Amino acid sequence: MAKVNEEIEQKNAALDIVQDYKYGFSDPENYVYKSGKGLTREMVKQISEMKNEPGWMTDFRLKSYDIFASMPMPWWTKDLNELNFDDIHYYVRPTDKAVQSWDDVPDTVKQTFDKLGIPEAERNFLAGVTAQYESEVVYHNMRKDLEDLGVIFTDMDTAVREHPELVKKYFSTVIPPSDNKFAALNSAVWSGGSFIWVPKGVHVDIPLQAYFRINTKNAGQFERTLIIGDADSFVHYVEGCSAPKYSTDALHSAVVEIVCLPGSRVRYTTIQNWSPNVYNLVTKRAVAHENAVMEWIDGNIGSKLTMKYPAVILKGEGARAEITSIAFAGTDQHQDAGTKVFHLAPNTSSTIVSKSISKGGGKTTYRGWVKVADNAHGSKVNVKCDALMFDDGSVSDTIPFMEINENRVSIEHEATVSKVSEDMLFYLMSRGLSEEQATGLIVSGFIEPFSKELPMEYAVELNRLIELEMEGSVG
Amino acid sequence: MADLVVKDLHVNVAGKEVLKGFNLTVKGGEVHAIMGPNGTGKTTLSMTLAGHPRYAVTQGEAFLGEKNLLEMEVDERAREGLFLAFQYPSEIPGVPVKNFLRQAYNSVKGTEMEVFEFYSIMQEKMQMMKMDMSFANRNLNEGFSGGEKKRHEILQMALLEPKIAILDETDSGLDIDALKVVADGVNSLRGPELGVLVITHYHRLLEYIEPDFVHVMMDGRIVRSGGPELALELEEKGYDWIRSEVSVGGEV
Repeated sequence: MAKVNEEIEQKNAALDIVQDYKYGFSDPENYVYKSGKGLTREMVKQISEMKNEPGWMTDFRLKSYDIFASMPMPWWTKDLNELNFDDIHYYVRPTDKAVQSWDDVPDTVKQTFDKLGIPEAERNFLAGVTAQYESEVVYHNMRKDLEDLGVIFTDMDTAVREHPELVKKYFSTVIPPSDNKFAALNSAVWSGGSFIWVPKGVHVDIPLQAYFRINTKNAGQFERTLIIGDADSFVHYVEGCSAPKYSTDALHSAVVEIVCLPGSRVRYTTIQNWSPNVYNLVTKRAVAHENAVMEWIDGNIGSKLTMKYPAVILKGEGARAEITSIAFAGTDQHQDAGTKVFHLAPNTSSTIVSKSISKGGGKTTYRGWVKVADNAHGSKVNVKCDALMFDDGSVSDTIPFMEINENRVSIEHEATVSKVSEDMLFYLMSRGLSEEQATGLIVSGFIEPFSKELPMEYAVELNRLIELEMEGSVG
Repeated sequence: MADLVVKDLHVNVAGKEVLKGFNLTVKGGEVHAIMGPNGTGKTTLSMTLAGHPRYAVTQGEAFLGEKNLLEMEVDERAREGLFLAFQYPSEIPGVPVKNFLRQAYNSVKGTEMEVFEFYSIMQEKMQMMKMDMSFANRNLNEGFSGGEKKRHEILQMALLEPKIAILDETDSGLDIDALKVVADGVNSLRGPELGVLVITHYHRLLEYIEPDFVHVMMDGRIVRSGGPELALELEEKGYDWIRSEVSVGGEV
């Protein structure tokens, strides 16, 4: 009976797919394992067993499950009221193991990543790629020369097995399970994600990339990423994601922890393009030690609700945070994004540029929290939030919060809200541009401070996504 | 080549009638100047012909060749060969001039020209307008001086090669050097294929862009037409002279 239900569900899932989201196609499910809906303590144990994890990780998961079960939802939003934890598949295992050749990836899955352009990007401009499908990494590869330099880039599950000392030392040190309900959930059921270790002084000059794909209806994806840049190293990590568009909800709840050891620089670029049925609730945080630089480049397109506030804790003197983000909210979408920076040491600095766009009744919220501790003299804070709205029904809120406990600091904050004007559109259209082209150009100009931070290939892709979002949006 | 034919055009702006039966024909190869005091509907005419949504046509017609302009979207009019050099071009932050120009060029010409091929054409036209190449990297109209804005408008005209070009007070805010550059640009584009409609308050621009016909506009329509000498006469006698004459005739 269960099997029949499953089949019916798959057929319905196929019918539910809506065509106007570019990456909204789905594959038939032919999985090694798929958990039932809902989450129990037993299931957490089972996931750990299936992964053959050491006891300490099983204990960590179970402790996290208890925290998750007892913790309330975030009190400051009502948007999560409709999210039903009992309606989610928490663990879906598409294949038995991650492979190093695309030829060994099952055909349907490989075709999906082909359509998303991942193998091509890998050939052309990446130093390494991790491809995660549902709960597990199905493909992973990195350039040999980086391996020889001692760079570790692997999926998180493998890291637990093969690099237990490093993982134990840093895992969950930046974001403990008790941080928030979704961090606790991720800590209980995490699967996949990337682990990166860059040794002292090593500069990884071309980006490493991970791509996360959800395929199943009502699926949850809970990847866990940990990046450690040892002293004076550099790495640029890029992640992308997408999912089929179903009429029921999916949940993506990742935890990303980054440790920037003294003098290192880590750049983390995200282009999220979830389908509009995905709850995207992600906790991202970095700790920057002396003179380290952490850069979050965070692009949020799509999803039903995104709640994400990439954070940097400036722990060492002279550490720097640069956070550049865009959020694009269309009809029935809410991008609740922002950032959190804690200046805990002298002469630290942070630059925050946030751009949000809302159209068709979409809602964007910038939520920011900058704290300067009482010994962090000589610190600098620069925050700039710009919102662009397409119509009267769209909403943009800016909620910046600053907690400054030190006098000898420089703080700048600037916020603007503007509407796409009839005159701008008229001017561009009088030069032959269609309404879509004109709005696309206005938007691409608006987010230029963001897109100039991207590798060229991603900037081009981002512009394509924006154009797609703009189609039929005005008029 | 295509003629611009406007017949009995009535236009409301914010519920008030501004154009009240405007008639004009501009043929390929001709330069027409429309002069008149403030508030007589000169800008309303140019905005209406280009298709701004705030200008509501209540009566009359406007054709570009065989095509009914009033049934076309703003971008279709541009692709059909109508060009308006704006009095106040909009600023679009973050959009480099060269990207905008290439998109406009490809849209109007119906091509997909490669970046480098386009840049060589663009540079040639920029030299003609005595513009520094770094200009192409600046953001569209953002922080441009008055002269730069107008030069950039004429640069677009040179690139898009329209059949009918309307210059809406292109002389306003220009010093004499900038005025000469702009006028030289327009003159170099003159030819049997291009009809030009120059809208201006002052005679000054017409010293550099010599019109074939001069029309005086008052209260939403043309009240007098003549040759270049009419502009000179206006310069000497002012608009009051015409105003008194036409009121005597009972037309205003």
